[in-house]
Amino acid sequence: MKAKTAQTGTVGQAIPRTEGSAKVTGRAEYVHNLQLPGMLYGKIHRSTIAHGRIRRVDTTAAQALEGVHRVVTGEDIRAAVSDPHYGPAFHDQPILAFEKVRYAGEPVAVVLATDPHVAEEAAARIVVEYEELPAVFDEVEAMTSKAVVHEVLKPAGTFPDLKHLQGRRNTNVALDYRLRRGDVEAAFKKADHVFEHTFRTQQVLHVPLEPFVTVVEPGESGVTIHTSSQSPSFVRIEIARLLGWPENRIRVKVPYLGGGFGAKLYIKLEALVTVLALITRRPVKIALTMEEQFYTITKHAATLRIKSGVTKDGRITARACEVWWNGGAYADIGPRVTQKSGFTAPGPYDIEHVHIDSYALYTNLPPAGALRGFGIPQLVWAYEGHTDMIARALKMDPVEFRRRNLLVNGRPQATGTVMKDAAIDTVLERAAARMEWGKPCDPGTGTIRRGRGIAIGFKASISPTTSVAIVNLYADGSCALYCGTVDMGQGSDTAMAQIVSEILGVPIGSVTVVHPDTDVTPYDMATLGSRSTYHMGHAVRLAAEDARDKLMALTREVGLSAETAPIRDVFRKKYGMQAGNIVGTGTFIPTYTPTDHDTGQSANVTPFWMIGATGAEVEVDTETGQVRVTRLVNVADAGTPINPRIVETQLSGAAIMQLGFTLSEKMEFSAGQCTNASLAAYRIPGMLDIPPGIENEAVESAERGGPFGAKGVGETGTFGVSPAIASAIEDAVGVRLMSLPITPEAVFRALRAKQGNPLKDN
Amino acid sequence: MSVGSKTIRFTLNGEAVGAEVPPHWNLVELLQNRFGLYGARESCGQGLCGCCTALVDGRAVSGCLYLAALADGTRVETVEQPAAGGGLDAVQKAFIECGAFQCGFCTPGFVLMSRKLLDENPDPTEDDIRHYLSGNLCRCATYPEIIEAVKLAARLRKKRDATADKRR
Repeated sequence: MKAKTAQTGTVGQAIPRTEGSAKVTGRAEYVHNLQLPGMLYGKIHRSTIAHGRIRRVDTTAAQALEGVHRVVTGEDIRAAVSDPHYGPAFHDQPILAFEKVRYAGEPVAVVLATDPHVAEEAAARIVVEYEELPAVFDEVEAMTSKAVVHEVLKPAGTFPDLKHLQGRRNTNVALDYRLRRGDVEAAFKKADHVFEHTFRTQQVLHVPLEPFVTVVEPGESGVTIHTSSQSPSFVRIEIARLLGWPENRIRVKVPYLGGGFGAKLYIKLEALVTVLALITRRPVKIALTMEEQFYTITKHAATLRIKSGVTKDGRITARACEVWWNGGAYADIGPRVTQKSGFTAPGPYDIEHVHIDSYALYTNLPPAGALRGFGIPQLVWAYEGHTDMIARALKMDPVEFRRRNLLVNGRPQATGTVMKDAAIDTVLERAAARMEWGKPCDPGTGTIRRGRGIAIGFKASISPTTSVAIVNLYADGSCALYCGTVDMGQGSDTAMAQIVSEILGVPIGSVTVVHPDTDVTPYDMATLGSRSTYHMGHAVRLAAEDARDKLMALTREVGLSAETAPIRDVFRKKYGMQAGNIVGTGTFIPTYTPTDHDTGQSANVTPFWMIGATGAEVEVDTETGQVRVTRLVNVADAGTPINPRIVETQLSGAAIMQLGFTLSEKMEFSAGQCTNASLAAYRIPGMLDIPPGIENEAVESAERGGPFGAKGVGETGTFGVSPAIASAIEDAVGVRLMSLPITPEAVFRALRAKQGNPLKDN
Repeated sequence: MSVGSKTIRFTLNGEAVGAEVPPHWNLVELLQNRFGLYGARESCGQGLCGCCTALVDGRAVSGCLYLAALADGTRVETVEQPAAGGGLDAVQKAFIECGAFQCGFCTPGFVLMSRKLLDENPDPTEDDIRHYLSGNLCRCATYPEIIEAVKLAARLRKKRDATADKRR
């Protein structure tokens, strides 16, 4: 801990997480742990129908129950907030439904009581009369449906590419994104082969084990919002907008999150609980149940049509992609998914002629937003299934076919952005090598058949977004990092502390990471899209370097030797005692060129690319359709990891999560009602579901634009899992599944259909 | 105080305690509302995820389904139970060493069940570990690391026992 800081070598080390002790003793802080004196608990009454006008909300019986403090309806909210609609892309979601409900499960009223059981019982006694309206559930039907979810589109104004939608009526299309490069129609005519396939993905959800929870304390001049949010800065700014208040009257505090995965972004419970606290002048807590998570935010179901022109020697010359994203009743961040992921729909291939049409659709289902991959896993499911099917049709090895078409550094992606620091080829080769792709695979015998598959995907980062950090160096040489990144399990506290430790030359234990508190920690766009290591990592690096430079200047000023003087001596000499601070700040925003509205072209569409490939080996039981994944190999370009162990855990965790989305998870609906809203009926992977062989590798790579060569990794492990498994099943038993999830029933039906003996539909 | 509340007495993490509990409270509510212990936490609410695991008379129960009043006269242990001799026990150390958690919300349940597994079976195979812990869910899917942590904890416990034997 000398004034002249030596590099500690912390960065790049697999050091254990800094919050380990708190988590293994059950003492880590979550909003869930917070109880305040005089606090009221809120329980939500939800819509029982998918689409309808609210005729009457009868709260008499609820209000009459002993112990009920108050019942609040959508009309009460309107009386308190003149325009109670929120949302990151569209101001379309009401704090509580009024006039209309747009999905079954939408919040309609809230009961407040000091006893949550009383609130729950009273919420069940609320009676709402509806006039039902025709509803639309399918994303392709929503394009032309007479059932219209929103009378008029209301873009939030934050995103320039949504402005043209302002005031549109009689449409469910919340964004029509297009990309045009070359002339696909002419190229299809010239191609030796043209292939076209349609794929589908299902609606699933994040299922953080800590369900959404928000506590709001009203104060003299403002409010304090304690919330399980991945985006505290957004919450502050959006609540300020809703209330017409300045930012400094709203304080948002976020401790650890019990999982997020993209669910806990933007506004979830925060607007509702804030208004309830303002109406009652009491602290209010709403903690959702597991069931209620199914009515809050989900992952887009999608229909993906993909068509390719290919030469007889296996070069893809043209690809057209049409994607319909089922956004549910409120846009949330869906239009961003449509665009930001939409432009990678052709896959990591070097294709001269590309057309993409990507549509965000409103339907009468629970809203869909960001879920670990931001639309990419849906796209990879389609383009890697399609790519594999083409290779098989051409009787080419699927890996060799990919090699011939791979997008390499120096070549333009579909947007025109030239690829750099994207180890697509290395990732594919490492996955193939680990799978021993050159050697034949044991095909199995009898009713147990074996096969293998490989798939690769890529993703751009969310750009342009801002991160700000502050490093506060104390007079004894220890320090604090004020950082808006939310540690929801991805290990950001540890990684950010490693960066500070490295630059200031202090041990990791001397760095405290101050959790998001908008009165204390500076702005950060959000913890999403694998952006933190890169964006916040840079801001933290800059803040630490600024502190280091100021420390050096102070050392010179007080006439001490930078080589030998301990930090504490520098402060003592300056202030005569252990006193004072050195504050370093850092702000980072990468460069970005917006995409052209008509062509989707941009010279600089992302600061970095994430690349992930998965190899899968499966056993298929031909008598039952049961699929057992025996090996899962996940290979990624994550740049140069700040903490290799955390990177590996992220890759593995993401792949296993995607394994659930591949084999078992699906929200089931009947007339818009989710019929499996519990962990009993919606199965997430457990210990016995994970493959016996799971391997993860971050390839040798460096992101030159990243802090210490690093880049994001939180989503990368999800990319290739689903199509790799589908290809392995085709390899094993010769049937191709084109809809997720791949249940034993789906496999069995496909096997029977292949035998010319299809099962009857139920 | 709710109608029908009753006073119960039990041992909580080695200490004799008493509390007034309404008849409908579950064990999680008792631990949180009366003792400020948040390590057992409700998640699925159906006894399927293991986040609310606590030990009652040495038996693992789902705190979200176990009525608080039934704890009367029992010995209740939670993740907050201090390790013998203070500090962290072998399982907790191994979880940290192996990075066997991410968000940490499910971790208390896994720690308790891993301890119980090693108490019953000091040398579990990987298959034993998977089956014993199959009632606990981790949405971050830190399963491979948890398996490694349990194996490491088994080794640490053996080393500790060997050292204790030598001292005898």
